[in-house]
Amino acid sequence: MYKASRRISNTKRGPSLAGRIAATFDRLRADRQTGLVTYVTAGDPDLSSSADILRALDRAGADVLEVGIPFSEPLADGPVIQRATERALAAGTTASAVLDLVAQVRAEIKAPIVLFTYANPVLRMGIDAFADRARQAGVDGVLVLDLPIEEAQAVRDSLAARDIDMIFLLSPTTTEPRIRQAALLGSGFLYGISRLGVTGTRDKVADGAEALARRIRAATSMPLAMGFGIASPDHVRQIGQWADAAVVGSGLVGVIAEAGKAPDLVERVESYVRWLKNGRPSQT
Amino acid sequence: MTDTRFGRRDPNARGYYGEYGGMFVPETLVAPVEELQRAYYEARSEPAFLRELDRLLAEYVGRPTPLYEAMRLRASLPKPAARIFLKREDLAHTGAHKINNALGQALLAKRMGKTRVIAETGAGQHGVATATVCALLGLECHVYMGADDMERQALNVVRMRLLGATVRRVDAGSRTLKDAINEAMRDWVTNVTDSYYLLGSVLGPHPYPLMVREFQAVIGREARAQALAMNGGLPDAVVACVGGGSNALGIFDAFIPDAAVRLVGVEAGGEALAAGRHAARFATGMAGVLQGTRTYVLQDLNGNIELTHSISAGLDYAAVGPEHAWLRDLGRAEYTWIADAEALGAFQALARLEGIIPALESSHAVAYACTLAQELGEGKQVLVNLSGRGDKDVQSVTAHLEHEEGSVVGG
Repeated sequence: MYKASRRISNTKRGPSLAGRIAATFDRLRADRQTGLVTYVTAGDPDLSSSADILRALDRAGADVLEVGIPFSEPLADGPVIQRATERALAAGTTASAVLDLVAQVRAEIKAPIVLFTYANPVLRMGIDAFADRARQAGVDGVLVLDLPIEEAQAVRDSLAARDIDMIFLLSPTTTEPRIRQAALLGSGFLYGISRLGVTGTRDKVADGAEALARRIRAATSMPLAMGFGIASPDHVRQIGQWADAAVVGSGLVGVIAEAGKAPDLVERVESYVRWLKNGRPSQT
Repeated sequence: MTDTRFGRRDPNARGYYGEYGGMFVPETLVAPVEELQRAYYEARSEPAFLRELDRLLAEYVGRPTPLYEAMRLRASLPKPAARIFLKREDLAHTGAHKINNALGQALLAKRMGKTRVIAETGAGQHGVATATVCALLGLECHVYMGADDMERQALNVVRMRLLGATVRRVDAGSRTLKDAINEAMRDWVTNVTDSYYLLGSVLGPHPYPLMVREFQAVIGREARAQALAMNGGLPDAVVACVGGGSNALGIFDAFIPDAAVRLVGVEAGGEALAAGRHAARFATGMAGVLQGTRTYVLQDLNGNIELTHSISAGLDYAAVGPEHAWLRDLGRAEYTWIADAEALGAFQALARLEGIIPALESSHAVAYACTLAQELGEGKQVLVNLSGRGDKDVQSVTAHLEHEEGSVVGG
């Protein structure tokens, strides 16, 4: 049974300081490189394509792979990821199947894998059962969109006991005390939302992104990835001035949507990620 | 003198009623939700705020609404039955109880300095109530409504537009209330600084379930006093329909300390208790998290939310207010369901026997009250919350009846 708890202040630091996520950010910092975190919705267009896409992302140099579990009520997502979610659910994708997908590709992939989910699929499976299966599949981190710090303790503890990082979101509306709590309760990295609103690509990086990054930097030395609206090498470079990594979601999901089940789906994904990582600044 | 109407039976500091409730929102909404909590706790203990609310409830909404004994309805029942009293929320301005909450929250929005109000609506009654109070208080108003609901509640769409609101059509998902809530929450997360989300039921993250119940509790306070004055005693049972459950908690609230009074919530049984064909959360649902709160939810084995069906748009939702889940666990309230066809029967019966056209939502409560009145028998009393009037449903009821007659002729 799900039980929320308030014991945030005396929580020990998260588990995998020496895990795959920590090692990735250590390497990025040592190389003075901006990392690229990629998000895809698992099961879009189908699970076997997702396996190919994850391998392609890893080959193309993505530093952390976020794998979305499709949920019927994606209330924090914009239209691009909503559509991807609908396609994935229509293809029969379940939380259990996404865990199987990770287990299937884990050995072939260098990058850490973070599951991106809403709370209800996790609670329905059972927190410990979910954490057990995530551990067996080789999941490195979990981010639950609608579990703010106040509601996250049970999930966090269950994951921590299995050396899986819990990743917390921080937003321009997040206060300083909450940033410190997230740094204390979370591990791996923090995910900064660069703007108010839902997921989706934008023409430019939000004005508030730098201010949020600076506030987070002032509160903690934990690695920081920033996302929401990232869709070009310029954006990635700009985010790199303030954060360890940039997250691309809707931009990549859009590429997958456009390709559909076309034979060159994997090539398109791979070249998009190489462009984001190494591309020249665009002329516009 | 201290006003003791508010602040009774508060949830814990994080909005939990037992193990239900809470605040399951994306990080961006944590700060605005906490701002709302502070503003609400402050406002409800401030005499000037409550005076203004009371003044408008009396002068604008038309409160108190009457308590009326439905004698011909009772006389029509096949077995000797308890007396049936209707709390006439259908006579409140805009035609439903929804105005009580919309007014309270709009006054709060104004107090918080918000200029733009967002709302979701299922049957359109909450949308109309919100559009109305926004017109009254000079607030910009955007109402999200599922495309299917816009079709079956077309009259209310016209009313909202006449009142100056922008009605935003939602084509996602099941195109009903839950999809409208998703879209309203996306708007809120994007426009948190100037916008107030005026949620219409005892759902969503804390403080909404508390705040909406307290603004609706005027129904039960009035009804309890009216019952005592009319009959010199309390009713034996109080019956209300439950979508999110705001009219039910509104009338239950004053009776909760009266242990002898049975409190009965009536969910939508739809066409059948099979996945996607009903909205009886307590019949086949289980605990889960939907749209900000932990409560009973209709969901599949993988934690995805099931589609729902009810003839009444206002009951067509996959989750129930968290306080209802708690009252049920405690055994203080009981929950049952009424099928589409039974609700339709009660709709027609009340119109023909009492000259009152009830909302299809409220018709579920009337239908169950007729059953319960016969179970209890003579010498007992049943109080029903007639939460809204049925003008909005006339078109869809006509379509159903024509369809039935058509199939009889065809068969």
